[in-house]
Amino acid sequence: MIKEIREPLIFEISESGKRAAELPALDVAEKKDLLAGVPLRRELEDFPEVSETEVTRHFTRLSQMNYCVDLGLYPLGSCTMKYNPKINERLSAQPAFAGSHPLASEDLVQGNLEVLKRLETYLCEIAGMDAFTLQPAAGAHGELTGMMLIRAALEARGDARKYVLIPDSAHGTNPSSAHICGYSVKEIKSNDKGMVDVEALEAAMTDEVAALMVTNPNTLGVFESDICRVAEIIHAKGGLVYMDGANMNALTGVVRPGDMGIDVLHINLHKTFSTPHGGGGPGSGPVGVKKELVPFLPVPVIGERGGRFVLDFDRPATIGRVRGYFGNFSVIVRALCYILTLGPKGVREIAEFAVLNANYIRKSLEGEYHLKYTTPSMHECVFSDKIQKEFGVTNLDIAKRLIDYGVHPPTMSFPLIVHGALMIEPTETESRRDLDHFIDAMKAIAREAKENPEILHSAPHVTYVSRLDEVAAAKFPVLRWEKKP
Amino acid sequence: MSYLSLSDKDKKEMLARTGVGATDDLFCCIPEAVRLKRALDLPAAQSELELVRTMEAIGRKNDYSRHLSFLGGGAYEHFIPTVVDYLSSRGEFVSPYTPYQPEVSQGTLQIIFEYQTLVCQLTGLDIANASLYDGSTGTAEAVLMAQRVTSRNKVVLARSLHPQYREVVRTYIKNLGVEAVEVGYGPDGRIDEDALGRALDDKTAAVVCQSPNFFGVVEDIQALSDAAHGVKALSVAIVAEAVSLGMLEAPGKRGADIVAGEGQSLGIPLSFGGPYLGFMACKKEFLRQMPGRVAGQTLDREGRRGFVLTLATREQHIRRERATSNICTNQALCALRATIFMETLGKQGLRELAWQNAQKAAYAADRLGAIPGVKMKFSGPVFNEFVVELPKPWPAVDAGLRAKGIIGGYGLEPAYPELKNAALVAITELKTKDQIDRLAQALQEVLS
Repeated sequence: MIKEIREPLIFEISESGKRAAELPALDVAEKKDLLAGVPLRRELEDFPEVSETEVTRHFTRLSQMNYCVDLGLYPLGSCTMKYNPKINERLSAQPAFAGSHPLASEDLVQGNLEVLKRLETYLCEIAGMDAFTLQPAAGAHGELTGMMLIRAALEARGDARKYVLIPDSAHGTNPSSAHICGYSVKEIKSNDKGMVDVEALEAAMTDEVAALMVTNPNTLGVFESDICRVAEIIHAKGGLVYMDGANMNALTGVVRPGDMGIDVLHINLHKTFSTPHGGGGPGSGPVGVKKELVPFLPVPVIGERGGRFVLDFDRPATIGRVRGYFGNFSVIVRALCYILTLGPKGVREIAEFAVLNANYIRKSLEGEYHLKYTTPSMHECVFSDKIQKEFGVTNLDIAKRLIDYGVHPPTMSFPLIVHGALMIEPTETESRRDLDHFIDAMKAIAREAKENPEILHSAPHVTYVSRLDEVAAAKFPVLRWEKKP
Repeated sequence: MSYLSLSDKDKKEMLARTGVGATDDLFCCIPEAVRLKRALDLPAAQSELELVRTMEAIGRKNDYSRHLSFLGGGAYEHFIPTVVDYLSSRGEFVSPYTPYQPEVSQGTLQIIFEYQTLVCQLTGLDIANASLYDGSTGTAEAVLMAQRVTSRNKVVLARSLHPQYREVVRTYIKNLGVEAVEVGYGPDGRIDEDALGRALDDKTAAVVCQSPNFFGVVEDIQALSDAAHGVKALSVAIVAEAVSLGMLEAPGKRGADIVAGEGQSLGIPLSFGGPYLGFMACKKEFLRQMPGRVAGQTLDREGRRGFVLTLATREQHIRRERATSNICTNQALCALRATIFMETLGKQGLRELAWQNAQKAAYAADRLGAIPGVKMKFSGPVFNEFVVELPKPWPAVDAGLRAKGIIGGYGLEPAYPELKNAALVAITELKTKDQIDRLAQALQEVLS
């Protein structure tokens, strides 16, 4: 990591007349009066002017300020930062896919449609659902789509209902997605095991409740063991069960959501199916449904007729489109590659090794860090800073000190029901050496918290910038560069 | 092939350390009754070489790339300088997550900051977010934002707005009590201003127009903005072809309050529709109502400049159901590509790119318009796309052109039943004079 050289903004090194790209000379006769009467720009004011060397160095230097999965363990809980296979990048970029236009007629893109159909089919098998749509562009977009499907199905039954039940351990996107579908949210408390409190759920479930949105395993990394009973309670009063499948990485090949009473779910291809996170997108959030909800899926649906794939728009009950074209296609190609590479055994091993690695970390750090819920962990474990707080050390200090040890910090301060949370998800792709390095670093930090807390407060020490003033950033927002007058 | 990194010995020792005898015991909390008791029905595992064969064979089933294509309509094939692919494929950009830990994410954060600046410069507005999913959802987010800002529940959509964008807007607003009214277009292909005037009232939150619109025609954003502001509604300008901003006056300088749209043209491959790049910029007074992630500048403890994600109190993980949007991730890697693309082309390059698009489209329009029986459907000014009206139904013409290896355009009748025998033709800088001549020649032969 470069510490001494400060990389300027591109605008600060711009010099008039430089350029890093040229086009061939115009090969048609130039019309001087083109777009007459239309207001045109005199110039792109303050737009950068740099050489190709400068562009390359600028972005290469910036890249070196980033931590990434290719460098080491990235144990962000609920984010599933696993290794991204390189061949999937190459295959999704092959010109036959990357060069194909989304408005091309279906007979010209049979290969693309086969990709979509195959992934839908495999996801149905893995999740135990009857159909999938690949249109949603991300997990939250999938949630929104799933809740729209629930609303449409209930409207078709005669009453869309008013409320959605959401456990207090849910992702923040859940309440927001329900709200955009026109539902009010009622929160369900967790019990002392960190699971949905079945009695509280029973009391809250009425014929005004449209659905339960449940994450399983939940954000504590705990499997909702009562899930079948939970689904029965919702179904008995005419509601539907939505599962946030962000944590599907713990379940693949072991148990299928469709077999435990789930009516609708989304899966994050950028989590369970290893497509790269890209610094915050693009993701992909396919939604799976049971039979009753199939008529409402977004259009177009990929069909098959006479051995050819076709786009079916003739679906009168559809909720409509949730995105232009067909979703994040090149992400979909990567996920398909991943499933084909792993095969049935490999897909089950995702869950086996993800859960083994998480439990290995949990067992190794128990005692050093506080564990609020002692229920068995699945693919992630949630510690807190309760022990370290006695020495004035917070989860933020622990996280920042981890950076000095060359590891990315876990997810912090989430789930909200654990104060000072450190939510650790190693994923299945990690070596024992990297797991042990993380464990050793966490142990060393626990010691430092007692003996030398100051070194934690001032961490990180090895990065391009030290701790940044986030309060000032929000209070006096500077959201763009502007030329000094 | 497997991407696991544990040896059998590791596995055995780790199971022992966790106090679990066998792998199955790791799943003890899953009720026995629902566990899957068979192997998944998936194809057998493939090695890398087998996977390459499988995926290349699927790729070969696409006939699209064997044609000379003039498709546009919200997705455009443009030249992508090699540095865009080269730099954006670095693992340090591809494999991190959202920059929650700014000290180890300054690369991504500084790039978002530069991206936000470039989007502001292109659109002529004060602030921009770190990106949205694509143009269609960006349009829907702009509509919802206008509803929040104005507390009004009606939006006026131009019928010349991308048909799929309109569909997505309708899907989003359906459950929120917002009404959408469509306004048609005149013989020039621009929004019908009289009809717009009739549609506007004191319940209108926004006028949403695309420019260049779906027919390629450049709208008069100032007139539309004035009309919107006349009833205290917001003017929302949608841009589906971002390259046009290299030469057209910035919508923000023509009265638009929010500019949103599709940034695919800025260095992102067609990829059958995604991933693309939704962008959004607005006036600074709407900052607290803008959806999506935002990067901001700040200082570290030594007083050095750094960047962080900021203003999270608008977002779903803090505000939960009262958030400005449910969006969580953005399209960071696509925004990175667009940033590299814009900085590589730079001030002169982007302008020249836009100019060449417009010049070549004008040449093509002249060539096609000179063919007997072919008419330019609209008289308004166009950027790099235009609508031709043909003497025969499009499917027959399309089939004739396809037989000659050409995809001549996009038939409009399915989306616009009133536009019989019409097709949308897009020309970018990638089309040479020879290729345009080939299209003209082929069309003439098909029609004769």
